Amino acid sequence: MELPLLHLALVGTPNSGKTSLFNALTGSRQKVANYPGVTVERKEGFFVTPQGRQVSVVDLPGTYSLRGRSPDEEITRDFVLGKASGETVPDLVLCVADSTNLRLTIRLLLELKRTGRPMVLVLNMFDIAARRGITVDVERLAKELGVPVVTSIAVRKGGTADLLTLTDEISARLAAEPQENTWRALSVGELRSTQREADRIIADCVSLPARPDTWTARIDAVVLHPVGGLIVLAAILFVMFQAVFAWAQPLMELLNSGFDALGEFVHATLPAGLLQSFLQNGVISGVGSVIVFLPQIIIIFLFILLLEDFGYMARAAFLMDRIMGGAGLHGRAFIPLLSSFACAIPGIMATRVIDNKRDRLTTILIAPLMTCSARIPVYTLIISAFIPAKDVWGFVNLQGLVMFGLYAAGIASALAVSFLIKFFMLRDYAPAPFMLELPDYKMPRLKSIVIGVTTRAKMFLHRAGTTIFSMMVLIWFLASFPQPPAGATEPAIDFSLAAIIGKALEPLLAPVGFNWQIAVALIPGMAAREVAVAALGTVYAIEGGKEAAEQIGQVLATKWSLATALSMLAWYIFAPQCASTLAVIRRETGSWRWMAVTFGYMLVLAYAASLLTYNIAVALGAG
Amino acid sequence: MTETNDTRPHMPLGLAQRGYTGVIQHLSVKEAASALSDIELESRLIELGFVEGARVEVLHEGLVGRDPIAVRVDSITIAVRRREAMAIIVA
Repeated sequence: MELPLLHLALVGTPNSGKTSLFNALTGSRQKVANYPGVTVERKEGFFVTPQGRQVSVVDLPGTYSLRGRSPDEEITRDFVLGKASGETVPDLVLCVADSTNLRLTIRLLLELKRTGRPMVLVLNMFDIAARRGITVDVERLAKELGVPVVTSIAVRKGGTADLLTLTDEISARLAAEPQENTWRALSVGELRSTQREADRIIADCVSLPARPDTWTARIDAVVLHPVGGLIVLAAILFVMFQAVFAWAQPLMELLNSGFDALGEFVHATLPAGLLQSFLQNGVISGVGSVIVFLPQIIIIFLFILLLEDFGYMARAAFLMDRIMGGAGLHGRAFIPLLSSFACAIPGIMATRVIDNKRDRLTTILIAPLMTCSARIPVYTLIISAFIPAKDVWGFVNLQGLVMFGLYAAGIASALAVSFLIKFFMLRDYAPAPFMLELPDYKMPRLKSIVIGVTTRAKMFLHRAGTTIFSMMVLIWFLASFPQPPAGATEPAIDFSLAAIIGKALEPLLAPVGFNWQIAVALIPGMAAREVAVAALGTVYAIEGGKEAAEQIGQVLATKWSLATALSMLAWYIFAPQCASTLAVIRRETGSWRWMAVTFGYMLVLAYAASLLTYNIAVALGAG
Repeated sequence: MTETNDTRPHMPLGLAQRGYTGVIQHLSVKEAASALSDIELESRLIELGFVEGARVEVLHEGLVGRDPIAVRVDSITIAVRRREAMAIIVA
């Protein structure tokens, strides 16, 4: 008889190693989506037990209690209670604990027990606990708690074997003893007494050596030093941006020449005409000029995931809390803002960890000012065309330095905007509390980093294949039709729809030094910022023919003045045009108003910054 | 596990210097000018392990105004602002 799918749910405090257990159980059989109606990420995976039972497991957001004080925590509560819409009540709840740190999880488990769901306590990272001399009387713990207890080492092969066996045993006798849900929100007194009860059980069953993790203490002595810590943080960010610019270069050149060769091949194989132009100028040079940035996106996500898994992100929040507080930001905003360097969309979604509404709104409004990876193509293109690749002070690459400066300008303007919001809009403001666990450092695991980076790379390629591709087709169409009349001497593009639209917008953009080709490129940039590069490529390729298609950078160097290039860089520090970011702001704030506010203020800033940059540059003789 | 140390005066953790070690005597949420309601602040502190009898040690301080502080609470480390730490009475 085919048994029905068994539903498991993983519950635990933040940093309990839930996600590494989830990865160990399911491997790559995962699907990531959102819970219906809310934007909390829902991660579900599948595996088969030794006895052949099909199991689905959901990784619930980390929580310290079932009170549900943020959307993430509400999901965890509703899911366990079977109140989440469209979700099956879990057959078995796996409460995951970091074995080196049981206090908070045991209290959570005592609260979870009241829901009446069948439950197992998983003592994860049992190897680290053993190495530190922590011994747990597992049998006694199970008896005291009244739930089965199993140990696991998620990061080791076979480390979850006991858990799998136990899952089989328990699923065989499920539903035999239905229990009643007696859970309700705990009062302060009840919280205190459950914590006492938890501490008593731990005192009975666990022997702790009086020796904390010496490695964590040693690293923190440097990393959390009031001054030294900030220097380390600045150094990490600096290395990250140098890496994005320097390490990615050889790979990008390789990809670039690959696409060039492909374009050449199409050019040589197909007869001259519309199809050849469409494939070479529209598809290959357009989509290719975006895919080239894959190495940079992989590097930036690699850094973010490594720092997160290592346990550094919470430290960064600690160091930045008061500094950001001066600008009206919460320390917890640091993580969403840092993610916004990859892309504002996950960054804005990550603001859900901020439970104060005003703090969250401020963070959402400034997240798009963090230099996202989609701006990298634009920056890289212009910098490599206009800024000489020489070393300054003997060891710093000037191009990397300009890149760093652009990032710094983004951060500075974000802090300034946040300060103004605090000053003018949210005056009666009491700062929300900052309370955060600083977990022990852990060696990042290759497997989870690989899973994380591949997911992001796939998302980027998917975007390149869908949104960006369709935009490129549109641009190619606008730039190619209508065709020039027979016997025309000007370049074909001068007769196209693109030229008509671009020239109509030109008077508006002329004060900031933009020509009509840039105006054309800014429109499809609405779909995704990096499309602007591809659009410039297509426009100049159709205008200039084959040589132009080969090196957009060189073409720009001859067609634009330095002032125009600098103005374009200044525009892209703010660059309001990204439809998906605006859509996420609309969804996360639940209001069109904040979306319009974001678009409006960024547009004004972009125009003002470009106007200033262009005129100063022209006055200095760069026009 | 509760230890009372009569020789030391009670003080809020929010005023403690780096290197301070002590034991939590009680929570007094009225003392903290927090943005949270009293019940919410007390619940959160308990959920992070700040209960009577827990040993605390101030491990690190931030740069600006020596704030926030990183506190060892028995077996874990929690970052908290001094404003909220005023609610934790130690000795």
